[in-house]
Formats: sequence, structure tokens, C-alpha cells
Amino acid sequence: MSAPLLSAQGLSKRYGAVPACRDVSFELNEGEALAIVGESGSGKTTLLNLIGGALAPDAGEVVYRMRDGTERALSSLNEAERRSLMRTDWGFVHQDSSRGLRMNVSAGGNIGERLMAVGDRHYGRIRASALEWLGRVEIDSARIDDPPTTYSGGMRQRLQIARNLVTRPRLMFMDEPTGGLDVSVQARLLDLLRGLIADMGLAVVLVTHDLAVARLLSHRILVMRQGEVIESGLTDRVLDDPQAPYTQLLVSSVLAA
Amino acid sequence: MTARPYNFAYLDEQTKRMIRRAILKAIAIPGYQVPFASREMPMPYGWGTGGVQLTASIIGPDDVLKVIDQGADDTTNAVSIRAFFAKTADVATTTDTTQATIIQTRHRVPETPLSADQILVYQVPIPEPLRFLEPRETETRTMHALAEYGVMHVKLYEDIARHGHIATTYAYPARVADRYIMDPSPIPKFDNPKLDDCPALQLFGAGREQRIYAIPPFTRVVSLDFEDHPFERTKFEAACEFCGSRDSFLDEVVIDDKGGRMFVCSDTDYCQKRQQAQKKDAAE
Repeated sequence: MSAPLLSAQGLSKRYGAVPACRDVSFELNEGEALAIVGESGSGKTTLLNLIGGALAPDAGEVVYRMRDGTERALSSLNEAERRSLMRTDWGFVHQDSSRGLRMNVSAGGNIGERLMAVGDRHYGRIRASALEWLGRVEIDSARIDDPPTTYSGGMRQRLQIARNLVTRPRLMFMDEPTGGLDVSVQARLLDLLRGLIADMGLAVVLVTHDLAVARLLSHRILVMRQGEVIESGLTDRVLDDPQAPYTQLLVSSVLAA
Repeated sequence: MTARPYNFAYLDEQTKRMIRRAILKAIAIPGYQVPFASREMPMPYGWGTGGVQLTASIIGPDDVLKVIDQGADDTTNAVSIRAFFAKTADVATTTDTTQATIIQTRHRVPETPLSADQILVYQVPIPEPLRFLEPRETETRTMHALAEYGVMHVKLYEDIARHGHIATTYAYPARVADRYIMDPSPIPKFDNPKLDDCPALQLFGAGREQRIYAIPPFTRVVSLDFEDHPFERTKFEAACEFCGSRDSFLDEVVIDDKGGRMFVCSDTDYCQKRQQAQKKDAAE
């Protein structure tokens, strides 16, 4: 098998006296979806920020295989390289859609922004891409000129996804992408995400406290507690046969519908 | 008056030196916004305190000053600033574009082409072209540093999506010397082509925002656009009612309460010269 797309070694981060992330290591292959689960305050989001380069780790490093095949430590990228990576090869889906979207810019402008950022200067082509992506995330093309403020919560999340995927990234970071949505909307969004991830061969790092979301979207799981990874493995294995006592508690505390 | 109550041109010499240093830096990096320690001026922000400080720093006793506001020499802002320098620097003033060595302007570039021995000083309200899309100053500075200007086109995209064409008609963003994107101050986009390859030095001062930027003489200035929606200069259906000009920027003036209106040149000096020439021709 080829080298992993992204690998983390010994990542640690403290906030003052509080260790938010302790000695976390893992590898992520191309096309693989990794879920990071755990309760609130377990260090999930800190870990996501460390991997995504939004936070600098106190110790450890993240190595990413760039599009040209070279492996680079994220800490060795300069600001311009890091930002260009975030705009082209990576995507971020935030729980709060207003962090991931320009709320006062139309849906088409939101989707087209990355294309314009990488130098596309043809309005017709940008608009055609925006229409195509609205279709792929199942948003009515008649809504292309409406700003996201007029969209429902589920539509905003789908628009965020389209906005990120338009440059065909290889890696998506998702922080509770279904948080705050009602169950039927969640189901549609998850279905859509599963399809897109499979179609595009996307690698995904997904942070969630919802084990059902992890089960549906991810191939592998890291279970975090108090900043440490206490269990990891294939999603089915971890959820159906949890080994660590804390994981057993997590799994058993999910209410069966 | 025996003893002057102020230093020459109002500002003290140390302040002028500070501003001149900022100007030199701005000229060295065309289109880059240089921060400077803007002073309180004896007029409110929004009246051109940035432009006045620039003019005060570069003006000498031999200079001839022209001040225009929306193209006109006789509006409050222009009259006040002209009087200010006549009083504090005792310089000659003019309304004739060709006679002036320094032209301070608000919202227009004169119709008469400028020459290499002239300096055009713009009063700028908001120097940051990225401001409306990115409110954080730290972020806009990073974007300028990395030449991350994709969002400028998002703004133009929005225009076309909403109006079918680029509806931005003033403060139209332009790229200076193939590097920095700048806000040319609220001049109509009609004037944007005049910035390109202009023989005169162009200085921009924003007093409240404390920024100075510049376009050196003969510098390339390109207005942003899309390949399939190229930049277009505003075209007028009418001709000037007074001088008949068809290639100057026209103001629409309401003349009665029955919907009557007429179009006249915004550049009063240009219009009057044309009228005088026409009278002269008619007399001969």
C-alpha cells in the first residue's frame, strides 16, 4: 500500500495546566474516513485543529503528502503554502455554518470563491460549476442567487460541502457536520456525504460525539477521553465489540430507537 | 499679519517629515497601504484630512494649488481647502487644471490629461478594498501580503449574478503594477482608465484610517474584471448641456419638480474652458 495521506505522531497540546491532547498518533490513507469520537471536552476539536494546522502542537508533528507526492511536515509549510493547501486540497465543514460560509454572499458566490481564489476569471465557467455543485448537493438551482441567510440549517451544511468540494480536495475535515439538525435532515445529509465521499475518494477526518454518525460515515474510529486516545480500530469492531471500559460505556449509553 | 500663527502649511516640520517618509515608502511599493501617524486637522474626518496632510507635506511656496470636489472647484469642500492653504501656506491657487502643480481631489480625476510635473492628491475615505468582505484588519493585511485576492472577484461575481453586469460604478478595485489591489477612492469607474500609465504622481491619503498609498508615474493600473465580463467605462447617452462634450463624466441635475433633468460636465474647469473656446470661435 502507498504511503499514508496524512500521519500524526505524538501530538500533544496543553492549555495552561490542562492537557487537551496527549501523545496522539495515527495514520490516514487516501479515501479513508476516520472518526474521532468522545464526550465534550475530551480533546476532539483540539486534535482536529492540530491536524488541520489551525493550532500549533506543543510536541509531535503532522506529515501530509502533497499533491505532487512530496511529504511535508505541516509545521514546515510557510503561511502561503498552508493557506493554499486549505483552499485547494483540503476542505472544512464546520458545525456552525456561518463560520464556513460567507453569509451575505449568494450561494453561487460561496461556491465560486475557491475557484476565483485559484485564479478562475471566467464568470460563465464559475457559474456553471456552482450550478453543477448545487445539483450534486441537492439544492434547487433556482436558489443560486440567494444568500445562505435564507437557507435552512440542512441546506447551509450542504452548501458548505459544495463550497469545499468545488476544488476537488483530497481531505475534508468535519466538525460535527450534523450537529443541531433534526433527525430526518441528518439522515439526508449523511446519505449525501456517504455518496460524495465514495464517489470522490475523499479522505475524511470527522469529529463527532454522535456514534451513529461515526458508524455511517467512517471506516475507522479513535475514541478519546481526557485528551488521550483510549481505543482505536475499525468502526464496526469498536462499536460492536468495544474493549476499553469507557468505550463500552459510550456505546451502551446510546439509546436504541 | 506679521508673525504667522502656524508653521508653513499648518503642519509642523517633524510631522511633514514623517508623512514624506510614508509617501516615499508608498511610491517604492506601488499600491501598498503605508500606515502613518495621521494628525488631527482643523476640519472633520470625511472632509479630506488625509489629502490635506499629504498636500501640506509636499507643498512648497512656489506651488500652484487646485482643489476639486466631485470635479467642481466651487463647492464647499474645495473652497475651504483652497482657502486653508492660501492662508496657511500663502501659495497661489488656481482652478485651471493645466496651471496647477498640485491638485487635491475628492471623487474625480480631471478630464484634462495630467502632465509629469503635476501631483494628484486623492482624499480617501476607506483605503481597504477588502474591507467589506473581510472585516479583520489582521486578515486583510495577510491577504495583501500573500496576494490572496480571490474575494475581490467574489464581489464582482455578486454584481453580475444580481444585475447581469458589473454594477460597481465607483471605488472600482484595480491592480497596481501587477501586485497590490487598491481602492482608487470613490472616483467613478469612468476615471479608472486615467490612472493607468499616468504621467503625474498620484498620492492617496486616508486621514481617519491612517493610510497613505501611491501610484508612481507611468505605472500599470488594471481594473479587475472577468474574461467574459470585461471592464467597461461608463457611457453616457447625453451630451453636456453647457459645452456639448460627449466624452466627459456627466452629472445628472434635477431642474424642476416635474421630472425635468439635464446632464452637465462634472469637471467645471474643463466645461468652462470648452464654453470659452466655443464663444471665441463664434465671435471670430
